[in-house]
Amino acid sequence: MAKITLDRLRHSYTATPKGPADYALKQLNLDWQDGGAYALLGPSGCGKSTLLNIISGLLQPSEGRILFDGRDVTALPPDRRNIAQVFQFPVIYDTMTVFDNLAFPLRNRGVGEARVKARVEEIAAMLDVTEMLRTRAANLPADNKQKISMGRGLVRDDVNVIMFDEPLTVIDPHLKWKLRSKLKELHQRVKVTMIYVTHDQTEALTFADQVVVMQDGEVVQIGTPVDLFGRPAHTFVGHFIGSPGMNVLPAEVRDGAAWFNGMPVALEGAIAPGEGRHEIGVRPEFVSLAPAGIPATVRKVMDLGRHSVVEAVAGGTRVSAIVEGMAPGQGEAVHLAFRPDQTRLYRDGWIASERGRAA
Amino acid sequence: MRKVNQKGWFFVLPVLILVAFNALVPMMTVVNYSVQETFGNNQFFWHGLGWFQDILRSERFQAALGRQALFTLMILVIEVPLGVVIALSMPRAGIWVPVCLVTMALPLLIPWNVIGAMWNIFTLPDIGLLGYFMNHVLGLDYNMTQDPVAAWITVIVMDVWHWTSLVVLLCYAGLVSIPDAYYQAAKIDGASNWSVFRYIQLPKMKQVLTIAVLLRFMDSFNVYTEPFVLTGGGPGNATTLLSIDLVKIALGQFDLGPAAAMSLIYFAITLFVSWLFYTLMTRNDVK
Repeated sequence: MAKITLDRLRHSYTATPKGPADYALKQLNLDWQDGGAYALLGPSGCGKSTLLNIISGLLQPSEGRILFDGRDVTALPPDRRNIAQVFQFPVIYDTMTVFDNLAFPLRNRGVGEARVKARVEEIAAMLDVTEMLRTRAANLPADNKQKISMGRGLVRDDVNVIMFDEPLTVIDPHLKWKLRSKLKELHQRVKVTMIYVTHDQTEALTFADQVVVMQDGEVVQIGTPVDLFGRPAHTFVGHFIGSPGMNVLPAEVRDGAAWFNGMPVALEGAIAPGEGRHEIGVRPEFVSLAPAGIPATVRKVMDLGRHSVVEAVAGGTRVSAIVEGMAPGQGEAVHLAFRPDQTRLYRDGWIASERGRAA
Repeated sequence: MRKVNQKGWFFVLPVLILVAFNALVPMMTVVNYSVQETFGNNQFFWHGLGWFQDILRSERFQAALGRQALFTLMILVIEVPLGVVIALSMPRAGIWVPVCLVTMALPLLIPWNVIGAMWNIFTLPDIGLLGYFMNHVLGLDYNMTQDPVAAWITVIVMDVWHWTSLVVLLCYAGLVSIPDAYYQAAKIDGASNWSVFRYIQLPKMKQVLTIAVLLRFMDSFNVYTEPFVLTGGGPGNATTLLSIDLVKIALGQFDLGPAAAMSLIYFAITLFVSWLFYTLMTRNDVK
């Protein structure tokens, strides 16, 4: 087990990168604490799998270093880094039994057979696969296969980190939840650093203590699920996390106040000095219908049972609001109010309003 | 109850007719000949299983069958492992892939009798490239028209040259279908190269390998053109394989009855061994 440090890491798939666009990963500095549960969240193509493969050693970074507990492992091959990885599609050694599959990483490292047996049985019990140990792994359904791939990582007690590369992609929806909670439970039991790559916010937010949000090869924000939801550092995070995502509204800054659609909007706090393209960000959860406020017309209403998502248009910009109880009808004129302590200003995408004193 | 439309059977009719005329009717003709004796004039007499007994007891048939079995065994033992090794060492990506594939496919594109003729000239002791090299440069006594061992080696090398590509191409297709994740997982699990071959590549290649073994068995067991053009079955009867012997009996001596009986025995052996291979190689497959 180890603390993992990424030091000025950059990677390009082209041999001679010319500009920032050629980099799949742009300048990364990151610390992953020992025993943490991390999620790497981002849309397809944002560089999260590249980062994962660099940590596991399947890929050599173009620049920078990877340190495990301060030891430089950048040049080491995967088998000498003591890491484990679970892939998108379950990797199973078809001709072997479940037992042999789980024992494989240990036997390859010359562990004694008595120890192998003890370890495999321990892990099998943890994964609830004890009764399958004697069956051929090829005959198992996908979710059990994925458990076995996970087990091959857990079986070694010297792993520094277990990495999951979108491991639930091929799992049936009703089993996803089961496997996800199993994973969470395992993390609590074995306390190994786990890094979970996904583009699914639910998976990331339920699994991780810390979520690293990536976009275009850059880390946009690192934080707890509460941080990411409550105070997105970038409009991308606000929009990517949450369903529906944060409203991002074009804004003007005049006389130290933010204006949207000709109306002043109260923010969480003071605006940091600077110039740029301004936007107001407010989550639909904190937009309400009020007797007075920003005039808008209701475009559509989605009734989700517990509440309704009202999509209104104010001055050509769409604003979503989550409304409890009676929702207005389509085409109705309404007034929108934003909760000030949850309304933030963004400049060129990055947060530019200071945290308010009010909770 | 739903009425079943039986007119669909008409769609099968053309295939049925085609199969009848190119397989069933000729086959039954052979069966017909195999149980009859003829002295010409298109007069036939019932002979029962006599021809079958004669063939099975004849030393000539047993010798040809022995040579055939030896030939096929050597072909399988050489071509299958060699094909696997070549497929494993071929590049998986890059500009060399098409170069390798085309080079591999070339021998398969040459007509069979051309291959026999090519190798015949190639091995001529005084003017053939190989023959001249062996005799006049290396100083070996190599003449496959006189020496049975040389003839056997040449026939086998020629077949390896011609057909190993088939095994290579099939195995290669199996290999490139293995997702990268398997190799990556094996690397992380600390698997040796041998383990990667034994537990990932071989199992993934198994299905194509089954097909390769079956095809190479059937083709080598029924081989005719190339060895016939190369050696004509000689020297003496040294390279007279079953098919060559069969043609001698059927068309050379025009012994229709024995030839028909021999054909059926030949067919039965091919069928049985193919079935055996297939059953043995797929017995552990996932259903």
